Amino acid sequence: MESEEHRANPLHWVIYLGVVVSVVGPLVPQFVWPFVKSWFFPDLVPSAWSMRAWQYIGNPNSQVLEAVGNSLLIAVIVTCISVLLGVPAGKALGMYRFRGKGLVELFILAPSIIPGLAVTMGIHVIFIRLGLSDTLMGVVLVHLIPTIPYMTISMSGIFANYDPDFEEQAKSLGASTFKTFFIITLPAIFPGIITGAMFAFLISWGQYLLTVLIGGGRIITLPLLLFSFAGSRDNAFMSALSVIFLLPAILILFFTSKFLSGKSSGMGGFGNI
Amino acid sequence: MTKRTTITLLLFPTMAVLVFLFFGGIAMGLMQSFSFMPLIGLNNFNFDAYRNLFSDSEFLLSLGLTLWISISSTILTVVFAIITALAFRKTFPGKRLTNFIYQFPITIPHIVITIGTMLIFSQSGIVARFAYKAGLISDQSQFPILISDTLGLGIIYVYLWKQIPFVGVLVLSILQSLGNNFEELARSLGANKWQAFRHVLLPTIIPGILPASIICFSFTFGSYEVPFLLGKPYPAVISVLAMRLYQDVDLNARPQAMATAVFMAAFISVLVVLYKKLLNSMSGRR
Repeated sequence: MESEEHRANPLHWVIYLGVVVSVVGPLVPQFVWPFVKSWFFPDLVPSAWSMRAWQYIGNPNSQVLEAVGNSLLIAVIVTCISVLLGVPAGKALGMYRFRGKGLVELFILAPSIIPGLAVTMGIHVIFIRLGLSDTLMGVVLVHLIPTIPYMTISMSGIFANYDPDFEEQAKSLGASTFKTFFIITLPAIFPGIITGAMFAFLISWGQYLLTVLIGGGRIITLPLLLFSFAGSRDNAFMSALSVIFLLPAILILFFTSKFLSGKSSGMGGFGNI
Repeated sequence: MTKRTTITLLLFPTMAVLVFLFFGGIAMGLMQSFSFMPLIGLNNFNFDAYRNLFSDSEFLLSLGLTLWISISSTILTVVFAIITALAFRKTFPGKRLTNFIYQFPITIPHIVITIGTMLIFSQSGIVARFAYKAGLISDQSQFPILISDTLGLGIIYVYLWKQIPFVGVLVLSILQSLGNNFEELARSLGANKWQAFRHVLLPTIIPGILPASIICFSFTFGSYEVPFLLGKPYPAVISVLAMRLYQDVDLNARPQAMATAVFMAAFISVLVVLYKKLLNSMSGRR
């Protein structure tokens, strides 16, 4: 039923226009600058074009390819560990009631709310002592601080809506615990795992501060290069890197947009703090 | 396997990693903030760092700036999230695409929009160029300083860009689960549009988005990347100040860096505890 009340009026159109302009507007110049040679004030269109930013990126000396490789490797490892740890913990929180549950929830949530800067500065001495600072493994470990809580909380949201009766039925029909997990549980929670994993990947992929603190500038990732170019204000290089940096986010958005709209399973769990 | 063992086994790996990384980090940070650093031969134990912190005018300025940025961006986020979500409830041609664009910022990393903000709002940016073409300014120096400015406007813009859809999607799902019934009932009982919003919708929306607002606040309070790139070097926000002290070649600055970091963690913890108390007292009254 479409009543007059449900249709947009001119004021709503102003809001839609405002949303589109202020979301898309700041992203547009980033897609133009990577191909620019010169673009002076007050020109609205560049006066000369060039591919030098891309040539520089393709050049092995620029460290860009190395950084992309490191960023991918770190984010993939971090995502796998977060899934392996977060799914069981999410199950415990989503499906069981037990004494001290509120405390456990608060404990798991804390690292995603307390500033990562404070925790990482503190842990740095331990990492130095254990030989983990300036290493890829150290960076992976420290990226787990924000990703494991995220994964656990979003999985607990998924498990809270999951009906355990199917598992009981499978078990009563003689299926083993492992078989039950792979045939019954996994297919039911799989979309939730994928969504959570993609966001865990993005959290690791976008991490600058934790990487620079623990990696000590030895482990070069894409955000580190992006940061140094942003500091030097070379718009062409900065924008080209930014576009590469943006790609996984856009891919993931296309995959997850149907999960996000309406009931957001990925973020629903945060309603419990 | 008893239920208790199952739960323990399921939770153990996550808890173990978090205890080591998170509580290890907090504990080591605390120790170093008391100037206790056996690793570099400092075996003192005192509160000097905290005493210096609260008598340091730069720290107090930083704290003020940080609170200004986080409070104003959280409030504006909530206001705009509600306004936009109410608008997105309506049906209109092109809704699918517009809705996609609305949610687009959720996955975009902060650094990307930070760079975008630099490119459009700086004095040689796109907005300044349009202003020049429109005859509003005759030179780029006349364009207001929005990047690295005193009020942190560029920083606030980035946070709003990222957070409005995050909270807005929540508001939308609250509105969807509420349906139109209550609002229509209120209207049929003679409430006008504003009254229906103020007394029916708002009391439902606000408790639902409180957790998300706390997350927004604590994120903006502790974030480093955005204010480092878009803020003034002095006074800088508290995270940038902490990082500068931490990276100081003089290791004597280390306890103060840690005290700043511990202060940040404590501030957010107190906030969350207060929020929990508020929540409990609210549900206790019902």
